[in-house]
Amino acid sequence: MVEIKLSKKEAYMQMTSEQMKTRTPFSEFWRKFKKQKLAFISFFLVLFLMILAVVGPFIAPYDIAEPDYENVLSGPSAKHWAGTDAYGRDIFSRIIAGTQISLFVGLSSVLLGAVGGTVLGLLAGYYGKWIDRIIMRICDVLLAFPGILLAIGIIAILGPGLGNVIVAVAIFSIPVFARIVRSSTLAVKSTLYVEATKSIGAQPRRIIWKHIFPGTISSIIVYFTMRIGSAILTAASLSFLGLGAQPPSPEWGAMLSGGRDYLNIAPHVTLFPGLAIFFTVLVFNLLGDGLRDALDPKIKD
Amino acid sequence: MLRFLVKRLLEIIPILLLVSILIFLFVHMIPGDPARLVAGEDATLEDVELVRKELGLDKPMHEQYITYMTNLFQGDLGTSLKTKRPVTEEIGERFMPTFWLTVWSMVWAVVVGLIIGVVSATKRNKWQDYLGMFGAVSGLSLPSFWLGLMLIQLFAVTLGWFPTGGMESWKSYILPSFTLGTGVAAVVARFTRSSLMDVLKEDYIRTGRSKGLNEHSVIWGHGLRNAMIPVVTMTGLQFGFLLGGSVVIETVFSWPGLGKLLIDSVAYRDYPVIQAEMLIFALEFILINLIVDLLYGVLNPQIRYE
Repeated sequence: MVEIKLSKKEAYMQMTSEQMKTRTPFSEFWRKFKKQKLAFISFFLVLFLMILAVVGPFIAPYDIAEPDYENVLSGPSAKHWAGTDAYGRDIFSRIIAGTQISLFVGLSSVLLGAVGGTVLGLLAGYYGKWIDRIIMRICDVLLAFPGILLAIGIIAILGPGLGNVIVAVAIFSIPVFARIVRSSTLAVKSTLYVEATKSIGAQPRRIIWKHIFPGTISSIIVYFTMRIGSAILTAASLSFLGLGAQPPSPEWGAMLSGGRDYLNIAPHVTLFPGLAIFFTVLVFNLLGDGLRDALDPKIKD
Repeated sequence: MLRFLVKRLLEIIPILLLVSILIFLFVHMIPGDPARLVAGEDATLEDVELVRKELGLDKPMHEQYITYMTNLFQGDLGTSLKTKRPVTEEIGERFMPTFWLTVWSMVWAVVVGLIIGVVSATKRNKWQDYLGMFGAVSGLSLPSFWLGLMLIQLFAVTLGWFPTGGMESWKSYILPSFTLGTGVAAVVARFTRSSLMDVLKEDYIRTGRSKGLNEHSVIWGHGLRNAMIPVVTMTGLQFGFLLGGSVVIETVFSWPGLGKLLIDSVAYRDYPVIQAEMLIFALEFILINLIVDLLYGVLNPQIRYE
């Protein structure tokens, strides 16, 4: 009897403490996010990759540029974990050093695209009428060039190089963000609190940035994360095609492209940079999926 | 239905117009003098002027655009700087290989994607679901060019089952279309799963089950049929992904298609060919989207009356 009473009391106390805890949107998000085990692990793996991107060049066991002609194209061993390339350079060190290139290209291009697309989407959604029509037409035209082709066209104009890859990938992210932000702007615009703000005479700029933009931010964050993976893939593909980073840069796509000629005799030169791309993109995609389920279940693939 | 058809056709006209202007401007957006680009690096000043006259680059922009469009409708897309042959011929030869590659990739991707999606949705939170969805997110994350190279190494070089590249027999299609379709299969699987799970919550599914319909016809007959509507739209959009992906895959497998031609042309700075390729890819994508839109209208009568 005593025991039951105690446990009842415990349960009661737990309930009150649960109720007393304020449910902020963030704690609510964190509760849902922690349930997604795979995404939760990915979050720490992304952090790990970011740390690696910063310290990578300092902790790489070998010099990434120094050729070693006595150890050309040797397979994985205790000395060289991922083998060496056609110049005898340690592939494992080059992959570690290349982390910062891929992450920087992925993050910066999506960030540029997200900023541009968000501004356009907010303007189109808030003002409507001809502003909306013009912005959405521009997006339609940009989206008429399928996939990586717009990026290739932009590089054909600007010339090859990693900087131009960032610009190209950014431009091709703009219409996607513009559409998503526009549709959430339309939804937020018709809510009561925006109506109220409008009726007390707030300026459009204030309404957009203080009241509408915060309402669109969760879909922006979700899409931002989901886009990074595909931006890294696109950038690596462009470098593989010889349009992005040029050798001797330790960019993963460029390393892979260099290994292509030795595929028969030394497949490890191609294998490991590809695994690095796969792992990085996978981690970002899993994180994006988890964020989507926790923040904005309405968005589907 | 006719009104819906006419409305959709009218809607794409401004997009077509804007795309054509953008592609026309392509040559003008390249830094430097387009006449010098066409004439070549070591052309004399007279040669450059001659080329300028010949291409009509000395005329005002709107006249140039009208000339460009008139030529376009007569099937004249200019001359390749590399081979000196008409661009229409160059592209004509390359069109079908790319077309068949994308079609076969799409076919297997949709079939496999649908099966994985349905299995995952019906076995929700069981091992089949986890396996299917982890497979799908991995498929999305694979660099296609790397997958292609690894498949070549394993199945063409080591095992010798398939050719390493080129387009000789039906065997040549297997590896490239598998590589190209992987990403699409992944997207179809994920999308089918979520769409079917939404549909399975509906009242008519419960009605079907409660009147004793077997699970098989509930899922395939009633569930999937309704879940397919958004899947069709999304699959159409994936065609764009395939057309873009073909550029990378064709380079890996030395496939004699449009994608490989594009990359070769970018390397050679063969602007008339690049320009024409961008046009063909955009037109193809707009056309596919139109067909998908119309199909959507057929599948979902509601949309026609909006």
